[in-house]
Amino acid sequence: MNIMTEAGVEQKLAQRTNEPPIKMKGEKVNVHYGEKRALFDVDLDVRENQVTALIGPSGCGKSTFLRCLNRMNDTIDIARVSGKITLDGEDVYDPKIDVVELRARVGMVFQKPNPFPKSIYENVAYGPRIHGLAKSKADLDGIVESSLKKAGLFNEVKDRLLESGTGLSGGQQQRLCIARAIAVSPEVILMDEPCSALDPIATARVEELIDELRENYTIVIVTHSMQQAARVSQRTAMFHLGYLVEEGATEKMFTNPDDKRTQDYITGRFG
Amino acid sequence: MVGYLVLLLLALAAAAWWLGRSRAVASVNGEVARLHSLPGQHGMFLALFTAGPALLAVIIWAMATPGIESSIIANRFAAELSGMGVPQVEAFIRDARAIAFGGVVGFTDATKEAAAAAYRSIHATSLWIIWIVALALAAAGFFWAYGRIAPAYRARHVVERILRAFLILCSVVAILTTIGIVLSLIFESLRFFQQVPFYKFLFGTHWSPQSAFTGAGTEAGAVNEDIFGAVPLFAGTLLITFIAMLVAAPIGLMAAIYLSDYASKSVRAVAKPVLEILAGIPTVVYGFFAALTVAPFFRGMGESLGLDVASESALAAGVVMGIMIIPFVSSLSDDVINAVPQSLRDGSAGLGATKSETIRKVVLPAALPGIVSAMLLAVSRAIGETMIVVMAAGLAANLTANPLEAVTTVTVQIVTLLVGDQEFDSAKTLAAFALGLVLFCITLALNIVALRVVQKYREQYD
Repeated sequence: MNIMTEAGVEQKLAQRTNEPPIKMKGEKVNVHYGEKRALFDVDLDVRENQVTALIGPSGCGKSTFLRCLNRMNDTIDIARVSGKITLDGEDVYDPKIDVVELRARVGMVFQKPNPFPKSIYENVAYGPRIHGLAKSKADLDGIVESSLKKAGLFNEVKDRLLESGTGLSGGQQQRLCIARAIAVSPEVILMDEPCSALDPIATARVEELIDELRENYTIVIVTHSMQQAARVSQRTAMFHLGYLVEEGATEKMFTNPDDKRTQDYITGRFG
Repeated sequence: MVGYLVLLLLALAAAAWWLGRSRAVASVNGEVARLHSLPGQHGMFLALFTAGPALLAVIIWAMATPGIESSIIANRFAAELSGMGVPQVEAFIRDARAIAFGGVVGFTDATKEAAAAAYRSIHATSLWIIWIVALALAAAGFFWAYGRIAPAYRARHVVERILRAFLILCSVVAILTTIGIVLSLIFESLRFFQQVPFYKFLFGTHWSPQSAFTGAGTEAGAVNEDIFGAVPLFAGTLLITFIAMLVAAPIGLMAAIYLSDYASKSVRAVAKPVLEILAGIPTVVYGFFAALTVAPFFRGMGESLGLDVASESALAAGVVMGIMIIPFVSSLSDDVINAVPQSLRDGSAGLGATKSETIRKVVLPAALPGIVSAMLLAVSRAIGETMIVVMAAGLAANLTANPLEAVTTVTVQIVTLLVGDQEFDSAKTLAAFALGLVLFCITLALNIVALRVVQKYREQYD
């Protein structure tokens, strides 16, 4: 009950300050990989229909935090997560939560484009099929088409939907992976350095896409590129050595950060 | 004795290595850095030139002498041997050798004793010759090479070149042996097909070569062509292989899936070696396991169900063979499944797929070509397997698809055709070569297809 009222209060507060409501919330999140501690008491909010960028030097824990949000760390045997992460006020680590359903609501796009070795159509239809989202073939066709359109890929591939997804260029593959994630109509999309394997033109295309997707989805993106964080995000969180150093509106973070480490990192003095 | 000669040459090589090394070091007064090649390489250079040519001479001598000696004997006793045919002359020489150097002698007479005496003296002479030649070669090689050792001498290059030639020689030996075996298979098979037309062999359905020279229509040593129909053998082989794959394919594949995707590290650390122990059991042990345990078990079970199961049923042999190739299938499939990138599994899990959905819809389709080739390799292994079927499958060539009956396989028949007292050029023994040739062609084709599939699959991810 306490949580509900707290969330209610925050929602009101947010409305008053003209901030969108909180979609996901991390409280005192700790992660251990075996003996090694990777995250230290991270408190971070993700707001609806915004792009939240996680930045920081390699090994700072930003990807680890991202993978906590849809429990992808479950696939690593030695990873242990403590603390609390909520999605719309529900604890995602609650034993009653079905991790399959959670991942349908919180989708993920990976660092390296990883299309399945199937046709473009099958790649996008994969998620809707396993979740039984389409009632008929026509329904599925519709989902595939609209997902590809939303990912800005449809026009490029509409004549070769039955060709292998692995035959596309790197940038197209990554947009295919985004389309694949969109096809299950998630509420949140997590992106783990989605552009690190792409050339500048493909990167620009994906960044544009991220900006468009913000309208319908909440996005959390891990990036190594300061410019990218500045271009696509509304809020930025800076991680260092497993600690959340600072979090705030992107504009403020890049112009007038509170923490010296943030300033040093952003200006390229370390990292 | 030639053995002492070889030992002596090896000892000389060791001494030469040490001498060459010392001379190289001495030639630069201990400043090893001034040498072009390392001291050890100078030593190796000297050792190779001391022992190499001599050892080569010994090998050539060992290969050539028996033939030369025999032909000298044959010449010397040409008068006595003039009335004999080729097999008798061969037998004579074999006996003479046996008398001279010890061995099992057929029967002796004065001529053979005389031949043996001649043999001994010729052999003694040839031994003298090889000792002198080998030591002369060693001395010549040593002095020639010893004179060359100098700071600027490129001993390393020479040693590398000799080593490369040696490696090429080894691979040539391996390849030539294979080619030789295949050629002998082909030629013996051709001899067989002169007696029995190949279409009767390949498409005939009646197989009982043990009665080749008895029964009706075989007077005057004529070969009854109709009893060399190999179809029942291939049918039996296929039936047993099919049963084996029915056991091994699902169990091996699922074991591989469990090991690669479900098992924790500690389970994997135990289970994988245990599975590999299964592969290390000698097939003859599987054979008596099949004959003494599994076959009676199936028979008893069949009786209680009211079925008539032969005591050497195809089922028992096939099931045990299946158990034998489980580790083969599972370890090959495990490699292939592990080669599917983790990123594909993550991508699927990130879309909310469960582990079994991920495996069924992403991992297995991606690994399919590799799994298919693993299965093909397992099939070719099963087809060529001999010991289990010799012990557990029958000898009677029934043409049947009923797994409860006794069938026989190609390998079993090859064994029975060649075991025991045989004339080596009868159609019966030659049939074994023809069977071997067909078997070889089948497994070769399977292996080629399997390797092709694997190659194609590799290109996809690299």
